[in-house]
Amino acid sequence: MANVGSETRRAQQLLLQALQAPEKLPGLPPADWDLLLRVARRARVLGRLESDLARAGLLGDVPPRTAAHLRAARNVIAHRNTLISWEVNRLLWALKGIDVPLILLKGSGYLLADLPPARGRIFADVDLLVPEERIGEIEERLVERGWFKTEIDPYDDRYYRVWMHEIPPLRHQERGTEIDIHHRLLPKTSHLKSDPAPLFTAAQPLANPRLCVLAPTDMVLHALVHLFLEGDPDEGLRLRDLVDVHDLLCHHGQEPGFWADLGPRARALGFERPLFYGLHHAQRLFGTPIPPDVLRGLEDIAPAQPIRMLMNRLIPLALLPGHPDHPSRWAAVARWLIYVRAHWLRMPPGLLAKHLSQKAWLRFRGFRKRVDLAQLDLRQQ
Amino acid sequence: MIVGDLSRRELGERLAGDGLALQFGPFNLRIRSNLDSFSGLAHRLYEPYPLPDAEAISDFHVQISAPRGLRRWARRQACFGVDGQFPFAPYAVEHAFPALEWGINWCVATRAHHLLLLHSAGVERDGQAILFPASPGDGKSTLCTALVHSGWRLLSDEFGLVRPEDGMLLPLPRLIPLKNESIEVIRKFRPEAVIGPSFLETRKGTVAHVRPPLDSIRRAQEPARPRWFVFPRWVPNAPLTFEPLPKSQAFLMVATNAFNYEVLDGTAFRLVSDMVRFCDSYSLIYSDLDEAVNTLDELSQAGDG
Repeated sequence: MANVGSETRRAQQLLLQALQAPEKLPGLPPADWDLLLRVARRARVLGRLESDLARAGLLGDVPPRTAAHLRAARNVIAHRNTLISWEVNRLLWALKGIDVPLILLKGSGYLLADLPPARGRIFADVDLLVPEERIGEIEERLVERGWFKTEIDPYDDRYYRVWMHEIPPLRHQERGTEIDIHHRLLPKTSHLKSDPAPLFTAAQPLANPRLCVLAPTDMVLHALVHLFLEGDPDEGLRLRDLVDVHDLLCHHGQEPGFWADLGPRARALGFERPLFYGLHHAQRLFGTPIPPDVLRGLEDIAPAQPIRMLMNRLIPLALLPGHPDHPSRWAAVARWLIYVRAHWLRMPPGLLAKHLSQKAWLRFRGFRKRVDLAQLDLRQQ
Repeated sequence: MIVGDLSRRELGERLAGDGLALQFGPFNLRIRSNLDSFSGLAHRLYEPYPLPDAEAISDFHVQISAPRGLRRWARRQACFGVDGQFPFAPYAVEHAFPALEWGINWCVATRAHHLLLLHSAGVERDGQAILFPASPGDGKSTLCTALVHSGWRLLSDEFGLVRPEDGMLLPLPRLIPLKNESIEVIRKFRPEAVIGPSFLETRKGTVAHVRPPLDSIRRAQEPARPRWFVFPRWVPNAPLTFEPLPKSQAFLMVATNAFNYEVLDGTAFRLVSDMVRFCDSYSLIYSDLDEAVNTLDELSQAGDG
């Protein structure tokens, strides 16, 4: 039996080195490519590696089998980008006459604003931020124009509408693409104060002025909030989201005033902790260039030393994918702890207990049924 | 080296250890399993398939294994896994073999987006290929099995793999899963065909796997040029009809039948239009396999002249 610890480290090192120094990839031995392809697919950064290699003109220097996987990843990404851009186009059409700024969050925002994280990244759906009081009107209009409310059980529907920062996703009848409509960045019940009003004031219009993206500092903070507070107990923290943060910091960090504004903005929006952890780990894993005085300025909001040491252990465990054949129990525990922490920050203890027990009950009763492979139409993938 | 060069025990050890590396056409697989019953069947049905070089990169790491944890003791089940993830509901342990075969198809259909993936059987003779794009139930597997036991080479019974660089078809001569009545039909048509055990009451009914003729497996690295599209439909007791199809109709039928036409976008449009322009297209309604095979033999001979 191979040593889980050493296999996990090998997988993680391969992935981090590939992201940090893609120019060294052509020298990789086949056995390492074999593992890297699997780990990168799991972390959803295959397309990123393809794009890095293409930029460096090195796609021709990797083994043909690797090139095929990278090419496949690129084709899927190009296709998803077309779908997302078209969905935004259709949204603008559907919402014509409703005078409200549509703030594109995350992937669709990066894509439409042509920002670096969009490179080699796969996007699942369109995320919108709109003022809460306008949601009813927008949802109604979209339903009139071909979107429908996805079927979810009554518990989940209530969960969304009463406690959450978004409404249940809308899906288009023919295209199947989903739209998530948010009115704030964190659940209403969250410990972290999250008044969305300043986000709207600072948002920046795109070439089409009906569309906006968050201001640079807010965009970084949202990426971090999403990373640390919207995890998944199985997936852990998404490394891909930290890559986004790295890209955004490298890009916006060039703009005058960005670094000076980042800390104060985090304080104003109540996102100091995610910023603290995010900057620290981006620098640690990707060597993100962060001015030292920015890090020093965050020291007063750092957690107490024992918590800080614990989180420094947990975060990389939950962020980095392990070896697919040698799952680490410690990583599973870390992912679960981080998930519980995220929920702890998202809602008060009484509500959290109620929510988690309801989820456990549904799971026990088999609501999360897995798909039957034999019945699957492979064309719908 | 082929699977048959390994003893039953060696094969079992590989499956239970680092995995059995296998080459299916353009794809290298690494298969793991801790199920004894699976290992016996794999030894028999995968026997002529080549093993890739020790150094080769595996495209898909799949497994068919007993579930972990308490469930292992509750019911005897088999789970299909890929890269250590188990995305699907478990199967009865008796159906482990067909479950793995479906799982491999799922991997190809959801990951091989560097190729245009037509949902189509394909056979080749004298360097010219027929593609049979069809929906499940149209009898493409049965017809394809009959042809490859009548002098045609199997490309695939499920995937028309089109290489974007040159429009050539890449063979993927995997086992052919026959369903229900088709199993008996093929047993009668070619008693010498190598057919695995019948798996009863799977979620697709009774399934049995035909091993393609050795020549098809040996020539799995030899691409073929598409020459004809034949859209088959099996209709009980129907007289054979074989009619040319206009190219416009053939184009729509091929494009809408592909697994990943949308994903490949402009490339897919170019590939399908080039193929349809170059190929002759026919619709084939048949009930008798001999008649259907004769018709397609004549087609290829006429094509030669």
